[in-house]
Amino acid sequence: MKDVAVVGVGITEFGEKWNSSFREIFLNAGIQALEDAGVKGEDIDEAYIGNMSAGRFIAQEHVSALIADYAGLSEMNVPATRVEAACASGGLALRQGFLSVASGVQDTVVVGGVEKMTDVQSEQSVEILAAASDREWEAFYGATFPGLYALIANRHIHKYGTTRDQIAQVAVKNHYNATMNPKAQFQNKITKEMVKNATKVADPLTLFDSSPITDGAAAVVLVPAEKAHQYTDNPVYITGSGQASDTISIHDRNDITTIESTKAAAQTAYKMANKDQSDIDVAEVHDCFTIAEILAIEDLGFCEKGKGGKMVEEGITELDGKLPINPSGGLKACGHPVGATGIKQAVEITNHLRGEAGERQVEADVGLCHNVGGSGGTATVHILSREEQK
Amino acid sequence: MNIPRFWRKINNRYNLMGTKCENCGQTYFPPRNICPNCRREGEIVEHSFEDEIGELITYTIIRSAAEDHEKETPYILGIIELEENTRLTSQIVNCEIEDVEIGMKLKPVFRKLGEQSKDGLLFYGVKFSPIGKEE
Repeated sequence: MKDVAVVGVGITEFGEKWNSSFREIFLNAGIQALEDAGVKGEDIDEAYIGNMSAGRFIAQEHVSALIADYAGLSEMNVPATRVEAACASGGLALRQGFLSVASGVQDTVVVGGVEKMTDVQSEQSVEILAAASDREWEAFYGATFPGLYALIANRHIHKYGTTRDQIAQVAVKNHYNATMNPKAQFQNKITKEMVKNATKVADPLTLFDSSPITDGAAAVVLVPAEKAHQYTDNPVYITGSGQASDTISIHDRNDITTIESTKAAAQTAYKMANKDQSDIDVAEVHDCFTIAEILAIEDLGFCEKGKGGKMVEEGITELDGKLPINPSGGLKACGHPVGATGIKQAVEITNHLRGEAGERQVEADVGLCHNVGGSGGTATVHILSREEQK
Repeated sequence: MNIPRFWRKINNRYNLMGTKCENCGQTYFPPRNICPNCRREGEIVEHSFEDEIGELITYTIIRSAAEDHEKETPYILGIIELEENTRLTSQIVNCEIEDVEIGMKLKPVFRKLGEQSKDGLLFYGVKFSPIGKEE
């Protein structure tokens, strides 16, 4: 297996982009990534695109061909593949690109993620996102996505004594981080009181516990590590990649407060990278709802099960804490264009490892990206490092 | 949900008909065709949960719903354990929002699950009620 390097990154502004179409958003990120890497169109061997639901959001399937075409790659017949696993579509695309280069089959692979969510009304988007759960046995009975995470939250509170303030603190922290991210959807500070008193969505979660509806795209360029220095003096290496499944419905899990797919994907990635959780200096985790960040830090092994709320409360996960979590602002404040999120995480971690993250820069040699599909039916974990795996 | 998609599961939805693996004894609702414990060694048969008393494992109050449930808000959504490790997601009825609590005992009741206004279709199925408040 070949070692794989990230040599270019690109990301659009995240937000409600009424004037930008699906294809324009994607191209914006893709071109930035190619320019950053100094890669020409002729050099691209293959493309993978993470996208959850263009079919429902913009009534467009076959987006791999659309993107290849509008990126000017179809004349060169560059193969393009769309990858879908709900909100983990981006993480899955990254893994497919990684495997393609690691296997030695392809040399230069562009991996992107994109979602255009604001061309439908908000009730419709709630319904589209609910398709990531079990349509027949969850959504049909009135479950919504915030509802499923609220079920987890109440059980976590009941079982471990996690407090409402600890949960709210996740949103406060992520909004603060996003004030330093010019690409973020919400660049404003909030308070715990604002979170708790916001419009209720699914008790105990409010609007401010929830990631927003977002348009956006992100892209990275991957090459074999041995060629990385042809493109950049500052390559970042993907040293671990893990993907795992859990039941699609949370009711079928032995422990509703644990996402086994996260645990399994993390173990695979740690093992491949020859690292463990104590080696991680910074992480972008999947905080689609505040409680999800608490589950993530527990299931990734950063603290004991049930102690995630306390870890947040103690400030360990803040930007200047021992283990900064979601320096980008996370899904909560940077925004969550579902198919793009997994790639955005890789862009953010790459920027920190390169020392190019601006005002929110953290000291880091090793970073982790954690992307979840649905309520945990799929999870991916990637470990990025300044040093090549040996 | 269109008519065939709903109708083909009507016995499961109306009568809480799940399945059981005769090899390991584990019961399933929603029904499964393959036992995750035994896979191809499993022997799946029908198993009714109609007379089970359930226990509330966790709940939430849905305040903002998808289009087809918007009229019902706010409503209580819960995960109900029917037998050990056999759980489903449904709504809790006959219960005030402030009275719902983890651990409460529940009985299945037949209720309207939703409607599809375009075709005038009504969907029925099982929700859960605190014991003693079934009617």
